[in-house]
Amino acid sequence: MSYPPELQELITLVEKTRPARLDRARSGESFPALTLKERQERLNEFHPDYRAEAKRALAVGPNKGDFVPVELADLLESRSRLDPDRVRLDRIDVETDILIIGAGGAGTAAALEAMQAGVRVTMATKLRHGDANTVMAEGGIQAATAEADSPCYHYLDVLGGGHFSNVPELASTLVRDAPEAVEWLERLGVLFDKYPDGHMKVGHGGGTSRKRLHSAGDMTGAEIMRVLRDEARNRRAITVLEFTPAIELLLDQEGRCAGAVLLNLETKEQYIARAKAVILATGGLGRLHIQGFPCTNHYGATADGLVMAYRAGVKTCFLEATQFHPTGAIFPEQNAGLLITEKVRGLGAHLLNRDGQEFLFALEPRDVASACIIRECSQMGRGATTPAGRSGVWLDSPMIDLLHGEGTVKRELGAKYLQFKRFGIDISQEPMLVYPTLHYQNGRLVIAQNGETSIPGLYAAGEVSGGVHGKNRLMGNSLLDIIVFGRRAGRAVATAAREAGTPKKLSLDHVRSFERELAEAGISDGKVGPMLLPNYAPEHIRVSMCHRL
Amino acid sequence: MDDGNAVNQKNDEKLVPIHIMGRTYEVPDSLTIMKAVEYAGHQYIRGCGCRGGICGACGTFYRLPGDYQLQTALACQTVVQPGMMIMQLPYFPANRPDYDLETLNGKRDGNGVPPPSRDVLHESVRQMYPEVYRCVGCATCSRTCPMDIDVMDYVALIGRGDLEKATEVSFSCIMCGLCAIRCPAQISQYTAAMYVRRLTGRYLTPKAEHLRTRVTQVQAGQYDAKLARLRSMRKEELVALYAAREREPDLSKPGEWKPKETAWL
Repeated sequence: MSYPPELQELITLVEKTRPARLDRARSGESFPALTLKERQERLNEFHPDYRAEAKRALAVGPNKGDFVPVELADLLESRSRLDPDRVRLDRIDVETDILIIGAGGAGTAAALEAMQAGVRVTMATKLRHGDANTVMAEGGIQAATAEADSPCYHYLDVLGGGHFSNVPELASTLVRDAPEAVEWLERLGVLFDKYPDGHMKVGHGGGTSRKRLHSAGDMTGAEIMRVLRDEARNRRAITVLEFTPAIELLLDQEGRCAGAVLLNLETKEQYIARAKAVILATGGLGRLHIQGFPCTNHYGATADGLVMAYRAGVKTCFLEATQFHPTGAIFPEQNAGLLITEKVRGLGAHLLNRDGQEFLFALEPRDVASACIIRECSQMGRGATTPAGRSGVWLDSPMIDLLHGEGTVKRELGAKYLQFKRFGIDISQEPMLVYPTLHYQNGRLVIAQNGETSIPGLYAAGEVSGGVHGKNRLMGNSLLDIIVFGRRAGRAVATAAREAGTPKKLSLDHVRSFERELAEAGISDGKVGPMLLPNYAPEHIRVSMCHRL
Repeated sequence: MDDGNAVNQKNDEKLVPIHIMGRTYEVPDSLTIMKAVEYAGHQYIRGCGCRGGICGACGTFYRLPGDYQLQTALACQTVVQPGMMIMQLPYFPANRPDYDLETLNGKRDGNGVPPPSRDVLHESVRQMYPEVYRCVGCATCSRTCPMDIDVMDYVALIGRGDLEKATEVSFSCIMCGLCAIRCPAQISQYTAAMYVRRLTGRYLTPKAEHLRTRVTQVQAGQYDAKLARLRSMRKEELVALYAAREREPDLSKPGEWKPKETAWL
């Protein structure tokens, strides 16, 4: 299934402009970057987040009145899966010091730190340990480790990328802790790309002023996750309950978070888990398919933590800002939505329209690059169209071997090379067709520096917690975010658990009062949450389906 | 089409029969196995993870009509073929002994305790995974691997003690476990390789000394005052600083480029 003739024809236009573009790249010239003003104009006009009709005001809860994507609003206003009156809270099934909900990168980093601090940890996770967006982060993790760099330049990049909307304390914690985070991972045995003398290989990402992306091939997140998981498996103080998502937080009578109601996805049995403190590390929301966009997220990215915490009264921030990654594959059809790491552009590949012409500086921040691509394919009418009718632009990956030597693509982008080779496309020889894809949730629970939320005993880390990236995150800062804030939350929670002691009587009163609020707002459409699993059954099956067993 | 939203029936689509654990369904011929299973009406609990070929949740065996050979695939990465008989294997009880990476020498690494020697590391693999030495050389694992890894090769490399090379060969392993399921010598190749890769990352790769220098600087508080200044800056000042940033050239060699402005280093 290599490129059909009409696309091969267009590839010749890319090849025609390539030698001159290579010459310019070699002499250090690049397509002029947009000014801050021009960036804003592109965003206002073309970024999906800036479309007013895709949002509506929340009718209930701590962020009542805020405009958020309609798909998310529906879920935040959903009813509980439980009838609080029928849950027996006096029968404790799982007793632990720390309950961590979600077992991706942030949850596992938190578990390892909490365990080090001497407390018992139970991780409850919806799918397998490590089924998380962490494994899908390809390009790298940012940290100012090089001599020409410092946490201050990293800070400036983070804030500029986030349009200066970031919470300053969180952003500065992120950049300050970054070198330690990378060192911690190195010590755990993560295979970072290095020179023979041990120096880390670093590269640029969109919006970086210094090369500071540390990578492990093009599967940095997968490597980090498998190492963290392996380490957690070595530790008896960490228990992992797989296929056991939380469906509701539990507070105690004093309003402290003291556990959660868990659900065994296979037997449908509910477990009451009691803990001295809880960390929410449930990740993102790509599977809500905001505005019908394809997404790069894993199967379980359904905003469960946001929904549960919102019901319990935790305030959210930046919910209006979803991140669209500029380069999702659109061909072959089977790869549509698949993430093409920013590392491809970091290694020098240009983005080109159907005429083989550059139309943006390839390493603009993600939202700006996405807006530029959407503009090129819509208003400018210069997108290349696939047989399935998708329009996109070329990502000129063959430049990489020509700039860095033969074999670079296979070595540095091995996983991507294989994913395309399966469909007869050699990305070291042929460019890829791309279009923005739903990638990341910038909007999330409000936290303080150690992951504290507004509810005592409830912490949050990773993609479910927010403010650090503001409205827009730069590449390589989410792997950093989960490690930095996962570790901080893990340490903080251990202290909190020791101070808190055994929880008081458990309560679901927050669910009752949220449901009253829903009733008062006249919301009774029967929707329940958290969503847990996407339902991809086609229409003709759904209409004739008996209820799920 | 992994655009996430449900794939609905269309008039112009070509349907082909596939057999999911023995039951026959008609599905569009353009779908991946995973999408086809969902099109048939299943809602995954197990056997579905990243949907992008990197998590190893959807290891699948299948057979095609008229072919005696058992084939393997990742359900999210493989397009259906007419008559395909599909079985996913979402879990496998692999052998995986616990260990402590910090105390392979018998004592906690660091603080004057020398790191374990190569022989000690190799011996620890032998102790934990003695079955690696019982490889019969059938290469079923290599033929089975959906990531095209030469599994038998890295098994042999582990046996010879070439842990770095075994690390390199096994690097793109997604730990789906299909190799171990098929191994007649009952080797858990992928868990052994995980252990070997961590040994390599921790003990056989040169340490990043510049990283340690930077961590020491951070811990000594070298950037705290500067970061505090940045945090308290008005937006206009920050914007000006941001706009004036120098950008390290893309093709500069490591350590070669020196910024002109060094106020924030």
